[in-house]
Amino acid sequence: MSDGPAIEVENVVKHFGEVRALDGVDLVAERGRVLGLLGPNGAGKTTLVRVLTTLIKPDAGSARVLGRDVVHEGPLVREEIGLAGQYAAVDENLTGMENLTMVGRLYGSRRRAARERSRELLERFDLVDAANRPTKTYSGGMRRRLDLAAALVAKPPVLFLDEPTTGLDPRSRLSLWEVIEDLVGEGTSVLLTTQYLDEADRLAHNIAVIDHGRLIAEGTPEQLKDRVGGEHLDVTLEQPGDTDRAVTVLAPLCAGRPTVDGNVIHVGVRERRGSIVDAVTRLSDAGIAVEDLALRRPSLDDVFLELTGRPAEPASEERDLADDGPAQQERAA
Amino acid sequence: MRRLVTDTLIIAERNLIRLPRAPELFIGFTLQPIMFVLLFNYVFGGAIRTPGYSYIDFLIPGIIVQNIAFGGFATALGLNEDVRKGLIDRFRSLPMSRAAVLGGRTLADVATNTLSLTVLLVTGVIIGFTFQSSFGEAVAGFGLLLLFGYSFSWFLAFIGLLSKSSESVNSIGFIVVFPLTFVSSAFVPVNSMPAGLRDFAEVNPFTVIVDGLRHLWLGAPAHNSVWGSVAWSLAIIAVFAPLAVARYRRAAVSA
Repeated sequence: MSDGPAIEVENVVKHFGEVRALDGVDLVAERGRVLGLLGPNGAGKTTLVRVLTTLIKPDAGSARVLGRDVVHEGPLVREEIGLAGQYAAVDENLTGMENLTMVGRLYGSRRRAARERSRELLERFDLVDAANRPTKTYSGGMRRRLDLAAALVAKPPVLFLDEPTTGLDPRSRLSLWEVIEDLVGEGTSVLLTTQYLDEADRLAHNIAVIDHGRLIAEGTPEQLKDRVGGEHLDVTLEQPGDTDRAVTVLAPLCAGRPTVDGNVIHVGVRERRGSIVDAVTRLSDAGIAVEDLALRRPSLDDVFLELTGRPAEPASEERDLADDGPAQQERAA
Repeated sequence: MRRLVTDTLIIAERNLIRLPRAPELFIGFTLQPIMFVLLFNYVFGGAIRTPGYSYIDFLIPGIIVQNIAFGGFATALGLNEDVRKGLIDRFRSLPMSRAAVLGGRTLADVATNTLSLTVLLVTGVIIGFTFQSSFGEAVAGFGLLLLFGYSFSWFLAFIGLLSKSSESVNSIGFIVVFPLTFVSSAFVPVNSMPAGLRDFAEVNPFTVIVDGLRHLWLGAPAHNSVWGSVAWSLAIIAVFAPLAVARYRRAAVSA
């Protein structure tokens, strides 16, 4: 096996009819690290995962997983990867145990070895009690865990996680994050797509932001945050009617233009020191009542807003699309 | 090649394990055919003239063939669901044989067909069906049915992968399968139909297969139909197996 990167993508283009789902993407994912692929719904994240997992062929460009070409060496690539999708691809009429054993045997294990490995995974994912129940009786979080377990059956060195926590409750998300962190600790390379910025912030060593099928930014979470600039001041007003006046009053403090979100005003401050006092003074001189005021580092939300000109989309819309399946998801591009 | 065989068996096993856990499927394979036999025999039987045979003898080969055609819908619907739920993506990302998902599905169908065939035959015998041929010919008829059922599974697998929803599976299926089974010699003698319909019924593969079966089970003078049925079955496999596999390779991309 070569020592090159886990994943290399060179100028990959993919059309669906009129839509350019991928419009010349270049990307490198290092071994043993998590590359977070961030982008709004329909940006092309899922399409890229489908190209890399040999489910679809790119129209142009090339991509390699552990040095193996996804188009010409598909069978070799499939030996090295695990895929967990955004909606849990498990057989509802099989039990958790049967699902995992089937996948293990399809990776080429003997039945006994596959059962042993399945037992191990069921334990690790806290599914032992449900092991012999058909998965249609599982909760959403349990299905996701089983789906991820299925991707891990053959201990693949490269893991593709396509929005693994979409639609999960916070507790299930947290436990899935911990599992992913453990895997990376054991040396697995991960490509993770997500719309949740906190997820990317927590898990990803590197982040690639894509929009309209193009790579628009790349770097560590810290580098991306630095691009947006220094500290942010969030000012919550008592009276929503005061926002226009408050924007005018705060403008001299601000690096760019203050943005308004309901009765909250976001100010990218030039200078951290004294900015709170300065803001309070200006607001009270203008007779504007303040409910809350906070200084914080920029979040990936700010990065996203800055780069794409729109906030990351709410999860509810995305759920609806995810339920329609991958094809519809792509069309939404 | 070894991979193809083991993977096919794994998938066939998966499709058979599911069966008792999906009661609606199980009923489809057992109770539904019994109901059809009873309805046809006792409701229409008295009104349909089948010279040379009692109606139950005439009916059983026909209704068994029709049942195999309808039973195959479980394949089309099941595959369609696998595509929509992302299970096919999972399979396609595994280092398994790419013909095995369909091969396993159609192989499992042979088992379910054997089950519903047996249920139908036993029901038929209870209400008066009698073989009028040698044991060897009766067994040959059974084999012919399984071969035809296998070929029809490939056709329905293709339909299942082609369709965007389970509703369209049903409508494509019914538009094709309903006329094919009814405008044939399955339930009434072909010569009782009006001229245009009769022409169609005479070349209909379902007529060929039903006639072949009547030859093997009842000694009806139609031995050409036996070879005709084999030829039709092989031709259907030759056309639809490659089409279905090609469709599977691209499944869910443009579906």
